[in-house]
Amino acid sequence: MQREAYERLRWRCIRRGLLEVDLALTRFLEETFDRLSEAEQQAFAELADYEDLELWHLISGQAECEDARLAPIVAMLRKS
Amino acid sequence: MNIPVLKFDAVIVGAGGAGLRSAIQLSEAGLKTAVLSKVFPTRSHTVAAQGGVAASLGNSEEDHWRWHMYDTVKGSDWLGDQDAIEFMCKKAVEVVVELEHYGMPFDRTDNGKIYQRPFGGHMSNFGEKPVRRSCAAADRTGHAMLHAMYQRNVKANTQFFVEWMALDLIRDSEGHVVGVTAMEMETGQVVIFHTRATIFATGGAGRIYASSTNAFINTGDGLGMAARAGIPLEDMEFWQFHPTGVAGAGVLITEGVRGEGGILRNASKERFMERYAPNAKDLASRDVVARAMATEIKEGRGCGPNKDYVLLDITHLDPATIMKRLPGIREISIQFAGVDPIKEPIPVVPTCHYQMGGIPTNYSGRVVVPKDGDYNTVVPGFYAAGECACASVHGANRLGTNSLLDLLVFGKSAGDSAVEDLKSGKAHRDLPKDAADFSLARIDAINKRKGGASVHEARLAIQRTMQDHAGVFRFADMLKKGVTQILEVEKMVENLEIKDKSLVWNTARVEALETENLIEVAKATMISAEARKESRGAHVRDDAPDTPEFPNGRNDKEWLKHTLWHREGNKIEYKPVNLTPLTVETVELKTRSY
Repeated sequence: MQREAYERLRWRCIRRGLLEVDLALTRFLEETFDRLSEAEQQAFAELADYEDLELWHLISGQAECEDARLAPIVAMLRKS
Repeated sequence: MNIPVLKFDAVIVGAGGAGLRSAIQLSEAGLKTAVLSKVFPTRSHTVAAQGGVAASLGNSEEDHWRWHMYDTVKGSDWLGDQDAIEFMCKKAVEVVVELEHYGMPFDRTDNGKIYQRPFGGHMSNFGEKPVRRSCAAADRTGHAMLHAMYQRNVKANTQFFVEWMALDLIRDSEGHVVGVTAMEMETGQVVIFHTRATIFATGGAGRIYASSTNAFINTGDGLGMAARAGIPLEDMEFWQFHPTGVAGAGVLITEGVRGEGGILRNASKERFMERYAPNAKDLASRDVVARAMATEIKEGRGCGPNKDYVLLDITHLDPATIMKRLPGIREISIQFAGVDPIKEPIPVVPTCHYQMGGIPTNYSGRVVVPKDGDYNTVVPGFYAAGECACASVHGANRLGTNSLLDLLVFGKSAGDSAVEDLKSGKAHRDLPKDAADFSLARIDAINKRKGGASVHEARLAIQRTMQDHAGVFRFADMLKKGVTQILEVEKMVENLEIKDKSLVWNTARVEALETENLIEVAKATMISAEARKESRGAHVRDDAPDTPEFPNGRNDKEWLKHTLWHREGNKIEYKPVNLTPLTVETVELKTRSY
């Protein structure tokens, strides 16, 4: 990912409305993001655009991800 | 340097509940209004508010704004200003109904009215028995509120500047506020917003603590800007804590866990609450539990390598009960504590939740400062609302569901006041020639510095110092040391270095600028807390215990007054509490007990 795109994504991960989402996305960015393929990184960026509550429900397993492209990233977020 | 100037009637800094509510008033009055926000508006921290908004609608049972007022004064431990509290409780019905008209999907009763539920501290008939006063939209009240108000603003042509960070307040030689400097993150460009009205709605600064339920965004930007511009900060020693946040993360573990049989244990696995509250034990009130936890940690009985947390044990409960009655708790614990609470206890610490103090305002949302013996001299052109402001309605402690009410009522009144003040049609006052110099110099220093402290280290030093020295239970010696230590940490913050020097999308630079705001709030808190030698509301000192002469350690003879901390020289002064409501008789001083 290009520097600018990455920095924009980083900001959208480290400054959320919910602390739970801040923590989960920041950790993912630091520990997992670099190991992803370009397509997976793009999928993560799409997830980061979700609303906070929606995203937290996915990460905490209170909701299931119905988008087949994004589901594997959600699974990783749950574990990471 | 040639800095672009954008001219607006009003600029609002912050797009959470208070900012959006203010913006509606201004834009609908036809004023050209800009809203600056570090994030997209519906991602503001207001989204985390679940409990609801208090209003004495009386839909579920008899209720009255005077009962709500009584509860709020009592909750504030009599430090709240009674004119502002009357104003807020009276206005509650109006702002909730307006919100409904904006499309807020409140829960409803069978007959279609807004459903109301009980919430701690809200009582009927002047403290007699609990009353149903909280209006909610399932568990997403804050989320729904932001959406309803954002849409209303879009319709009213409010102009949003998203992913912009305000840097400094601009005041002219007579002290009038004439705008702010701000930076667009995408380009790194600094711009002047030249305005006739400037409203701060930047939220709280809970990130000054190591353990905080606040999202990372709550760095007290408005408070930092105000302090740097010579505006004092009021009652900053008062922070509300929740007893059980996940250690190292801050995420809340609901009190329901103890309700279901959860037990707090120290390093030797002792159920320590038996010593502090032999009857209620782990179910003692929030402040008693939090203080007991802090004492265990202070006296070396905490757990882990740094002995800095205690354990919340539910391993003795049936896993089926945990899954059924405490949904989400297992996930939170696994995600953020790395332990499965069915097998291992959860590490927890008292955790900062809400800031009662802030930028001093009157109930019309106008910022006020002491001048020539008048404590409430209005700063022309400057308004503040929501958690960053201190009206003061929460005084020494806030009641649940009064925070959303605060941001609606004072967001609206700040907007209304600005509309009224701008009616005269006076032109923009001239910008000072050096309007942007201060901000540019700050950025330049961060960009050029070599061999300085890292933002991460400096932020951790602030958070550690605040948590250890000005936490939920305060000790004279720790506060004294805390003052020395936070002034040392300030030197680190004055010497921040960032490795990435890029102009565009430089998040490290933004974090450095945020840290410069955090330190102002941290100093204000530590110094104000050290100075207040009584216990009141959320400020509880070991050396001001409960005695017959001073019940709960509260000393009205000497300390029934608001703290004002000035950045210059770290000077403290005090101003009287307003015990005179607008139309009704005063709520007489009494011991606060529930």
